[in-house]
Amino acid sequence: MSNRYISRSRNLSLAFMIVALLCIPFADLIVYQVEPWDELSRMGQGIINPSFPELTLLANSLMITVAFALIAVAGAACLGLLLALVFHSRIVRIFSASIRAVHELFWGLIFIQIYGLSATTGVLAILVPFTGIFAKMFAEIIEQQNVTPHSTLSRKTDRFSQYFYTWLPQAWPQLVSYTRYRFECALRSSTILGFIGLPTLGFYLETAFKQGQYDEAAGLLFAFFILIATIRWWMHLNWLKAQWLPAYVLVPIYLAIAIIVLPDSPQVYSSSLVQFLTHDIWPKALLHADMAGSLDWYRHQLFDVAMPALWDTLLLSQLALVLTGVLVLVFYPWASKAFFPAKFSCMRGFGRTALLVLRSVPEMIFAFVFLLIFGPSAIPAVLALALHNAGLISYLLMRHSEQLGYRADSSTGLNHYFYEVTPRVYPHFLSLLLYRWEVIIRESAILGILGITTLGFYIDSAFEDIRYDRALFLIVISALLNIAVDSFSRRIRERN
Amino acid sequence: MFKLDHYQLDNRLKDISLSINAGEKVALLGPSGGGKTSLLHALHQRSSGKICADQIAWCPQEHGLVESLSGYHNIYMGQLDKNNALYNLVNLIKPLTKPKRAIMALAAELSIAEQLWKPVSQLSGGQRQRIGIGRALYRSQDTFLGDEPVSSLDPVQAQMILELIIKRHQTLVIALHNRQQALNNFDRIIGIKAGKIIFDSPAKELIKNKYQAGLLDSLYE
Repeated sequence: MSNRYISRSRNLSLAFMIVALLCIPFADLIVYQVEPWDELSRMGQGIINPSFPELTLLANSLMITVAFALIAVAGAACLGLLLALVFHSRIVRIFSASIRAVHELFWGLIFIQIYGLSATTGVLAILVPFTGIFAKMFAEIIEQQNVTPHSTLSRKTDRFSQYFYTWLPQAWPQLVSYTRYRFECALRSSTILGFIGLPTLGFYLETAFKQGQYDEAAGLLFAFFILIATIRWWMHLNWLKAQWLPAYVLVPIYLAIAIIVLPDSPQVYSSSLVQFLTHDIWPKALLHADMAGSLDWYRHQLFDVAMPALWDTLLLSQLALVLTGVLVLVFYPWASKAFFPAKFSCMRGFGRTALLVLRSVPEMIFAFVFLLIFGPSAIPAVLALALHNAGLISYLLMRHSEQLGYRADSSTGLNHYFYEVTPRVYPHFLSLLLYRWEVIIRESAILGILGITTLGFYIDSAFEDIRYDRALFLIVISALLNIAVDSFSRRIRERN
Repeated sequence: MFKLDHYQLDNRLKDISLSINAGEKVALLGPSGGGKTSLLHALHQRSSGKICADQIAWCPQEHGLVESLSGYHNIYMGQLDKNNALYNLVNLIKPLTKPKRAIMALAAELSIAEQLWKPVSQLSGGQRQRIGIGRALYRSQDTFLGDEPVSSLDPVQAQMILELIIKRHQTLVIALHNRQQALNNFDRIIGIKAGKIIFDSPAKELIKNKYQAGLLDSLYE
């Protein structure tokens, strides 16, 4: 590692810290006088004594959650692979960037207007943004492959054959493992879609939370953890010694089952789609070709609604990003073999479970609990985002720290942390954090649905007031923000 | 056929002027890190005149095999351009009769018939090297550029396969580390050290002429 590199890492970290400190006076960080103890003790009791809803209801909502996620990921992975094939085209890159810049929940809110609370809405809400994510990630993975096999081919070879003989087979293991990881994310998204009314686990979770039935909420949450933690067992039946059922047989079987268990979709009249696209989402003035009026409308939306919301979103996500970084540096050693070798496996197991819980609990749940404790300010949102993302990044960083080789006589304890491991994982840590920046902004917007005044709050309210013109305008603004942050963070990563 | 005129590449190749005509069989000798690989890459990319890079069977040092595919498919890659995408795709799933027959015959000549259907990630260094040569031979071009193509093989096998490569091509430029192999099989030997051409002479001269033989020794000092 060169000196210049170290100073760059340091400068970048310092810059982020300073920006976060500057944000603090402007952010809404008031602790409201709330009396959470009663509520919290009932929550604690709920966690200790979880109760499960009726088995058929639980099983049904679990199946729908998995079915949405599975069908959406399968479709998105295929489409993403096709888009990755032509990712060198600028139009394709812009298209993928814009569909992934809009959060699943917002896609859900849009599709609900067209398809109602149906299976189509559930699947599309995940499939559309995931297609954009897959296209980008698949293209990046393929780009990282060795170019030598390709250099031996005749240049007259058609693109399709090049793809199938050199790039794809080389990238295949990485593509599969990324798709598996995305499936876990899709399960979370599918659950979250329940918050806007789709019949997934989240629907019952939100109901239980809102009605203060914390025993049932805890039961549903445990069911969700078990679902996430057992993915590897039901995706590989190795433990059954079922060699005759490899993944490429198993996945189509699961897909077929998923399609069967999907709830019925009501008939959609194409006229409602046309009405939505040509009428509902445009301001009235524009439809009446009143140019001055529509300009006025846009100016009002931009300066009186979008700008303050944008400002709040940025402040909040900046604080969350830096807090995430601090938490990661505190969390990651506790689960790593680099610090706790075999004889401390108990500590490591505890650390890993904690990280699993942190990264599997949807941010919404954290935010909900913190809202009860701190009242409706930016604090619950910052904490929720930071804890969830710190769980995820700590896990990845811990894995990275285990893959490095260490001298047999390397130091131990705090010296090991400060002189050996942390300096070596730091560049990877920064790049993970920069990758996650865009995600934090996306997620900060959706916390608005709980009443925290980010962009998502105004989008959700606009949908509730049936002001689709405003909702669409704000969604476009939040998409632009995501794209801007994504390209900014990519530029920083490249410079480093 | 190949022509470089005062060619520079960073500090790896310094002021190289070189011309190789059709029908010549050229060996590049020199210490590792001396510039053999860079020179081959330069020849591959900047080939001029009648020949374009597409008409060269290219056999890079690091083989460039696709690990998860079988030896058969790696060799088949040499002729991907001869068929349409659909044909290639079908062949990926189920090897088709015509290419299968041709490639099995080639594999027998390279003594890798037994390993042809395993993923190349499971093969040894020497077996992988022969799969790489198989792919270059399957290209069926007149010109062959190879970077130490037989370095992982035992001397007897190396000689046999080198003869096979020479028999199948009119023009060859091959980097070698074994000077006896070079003197026995090639017409013209180019010595490279520290990015410069130290000598460029017919193989016969190097064997007969004492002074020239001294040059060959100085290459590795």
